[in-house]
Amino acid sequence: MTTVTTEPTRGVDVDDAPRSTGSPATRALGAVVLALVGLLVLLGLVTSPAERVQGEAVRLFYVHVPTSTVMFLAVGVAALGSIVVLWKGSVFWDLVAAASAEIAVVLTGLSLVTGMLWGRPTWGVYWVWDARLTSTALLFILLLGYQAVRALPADRTTRARRCAVAALITSLNVPIVHYSVDWWRSLHQPATISTLDPKIDDAMLVAFAVGMATYLLGYLWLLIHRFRVGWLEEQVADLGLGDALAERRAEGLADAGGAP
Amino acid sequence: MLADAALVAGKDLRLEARSRVLLNQVAPFSILVLVLFAFALDVEGDTLEVATPGLYWVTVLLSALLAVQRSSAVEAADSNHDALRLAGLDPAGIFLGKAAAVAVQLLVLEVLLLGGVALLYGTEVTGVALLVATAVLATTGVAAAGTLYGVLAAGLRVRETLLPLLLLPVVAPVLIAATSAFELALGGRSGEGWAWCGLLGVFALVYTAFGVLAFGALLEES
Amino acid sequence: MTTIVLADSPWLYVGLGWGASAGALLGYAGWVVVRGRRLSRDVPPEARRWS
Repeated sequence: MTTVTTEPTRGVDVDDAPRSTGSPATRALGAVVLALVGLLVLLGLVTSPAERVQGEAVRLFYVHVPTSTVMFLAVGVAALGSIVVLWKGSVFWDLVAAASAEIAVVLTGLSLVTGMLWGRPTWGVYWVWDARLTSTALLFILLLGYQAVRALPADRTTRARRCAVAALITSLNVPIVHYSVDWWRSLHQPATISTLDPKIDDAMLVAFAVGMATYLLGYLWLLIHRFRVGWLEEQVADLGLGDALAERRAEGLADAGGAP
Repeated sequence: MLADAALVAGKDLRLEARSRVLLNQVAPFSILVLVLFAFALDVEGDTLEVATPGLYWVTVLLSALLAVQRSSAVEAADSNHDALRLAGLDPAGIFLGKAAAVAVQLLVLEVLLLGGVALLYGTEVTGVALLVATAVLATTGVAAAGTLYGVLAAGLRVRETLLPLLLLPVVAPVLIAATSAFELALGGRSGEGWAWCGLLGVFALVYTAFGVLAFGALLEES
Repeated sequence: MTTIVLADSPWLYVGLGWGASAGALLGYAGWVVVRGRRLSRDVPPEARRWS
């Protein structure tokens, strides 16, 4: 199925298979996501009303809340995959975890940026030392650490195990940081919480729902494509090894033939 | 498992007793950090005394980085990890032993540092029971998390730069909890500080348990 | 004087937030696709199980 070929078929277009990570299913998914993005822009920026307490700044929530929610999902998937890696040594789940963790870096960064941009008009400052912001910031650093571990030179099994441990520590740490910061701040001052008006407008709820759907499906699309990129990387590494072996073997044969 | 742990801990502590790296290099470094804080902050007034708990624990964490580097470096040389495994030691035992040795060394350092802040910052030491409990629990957690990451980064060319990036965010809750507990203890309000010890205990327990479970997987290949 | 009005307006932050989200996510998606295409060239089609 995935036999290593040393024939010069590489780089040559032998059939008209698409030379990308796309497939009919992901193309359909991508079209749905793009349509949802258009709908989200319309609902979030145009048709939905300003909120009573936050005013126009509530529009940032339509991207910030889905970003943060899907960020936790992405970290959760990475942690889940890591458990399977440590338990069964699965290559599939190692790639899923790596793909999800990389997407989580983007989402965590965006969650911080959109959160700060929401805080400025609402609280008057970009940053407050509250549990959510602080634990997200540390999560961002930890995910960068995961990427650093991922980039370390190592054989496949070692890398999978190291990454799995790093991902699990990352996800273990989030609730601990959240809880301790919450507690730490609550001793100094009441937690800064600015919530939505409980009687939320229907148009806002719809915009929220569309935002969630967009980000969930978008995450799925990214996960599939990023997984395939990782899978291709493995194939290329295998091919490189196979080519090197074949070359050495050819050299050996040439030597044997040349020396009488 | 515990017998293996005692064996490994004894080995590491004996190594330290003979090489005195911690005593001759890390301990002076940590005192130096205390002096640097004094230069950076206002030495007039009571800034240093008020900030003592935070400065103290930041210094401990920086020193812990060095102690963990040292602890994993002695194994990385000549691929000692494999030797430990081949000797038939339980990976969980190796983890507990190495973590215990780091913890013991850090505790010695913490006693020294407490003397340092009392002398240099003029901090009055009160609430000793809470101080001791906080130090023991916080150190256990830091040593467990540090040992886990230490073996992960062991033998890599980038380990000096990688370990702080990995370890410091993880031990951030320890800094928060231990600093808060010290503030209360030194402020003469020990009673309220025990809750923070609970948090430190949970942290220590989580990372010790995780290390016992995961250390084998890290040792096998690295 | 539109800049001053914009600086006081929450729309500035809304625009920046949505812009950053769109830019980062589309940029990242594009990067993933480009990496996939580049790698696909070196892998025989039968190893690309999805196509």
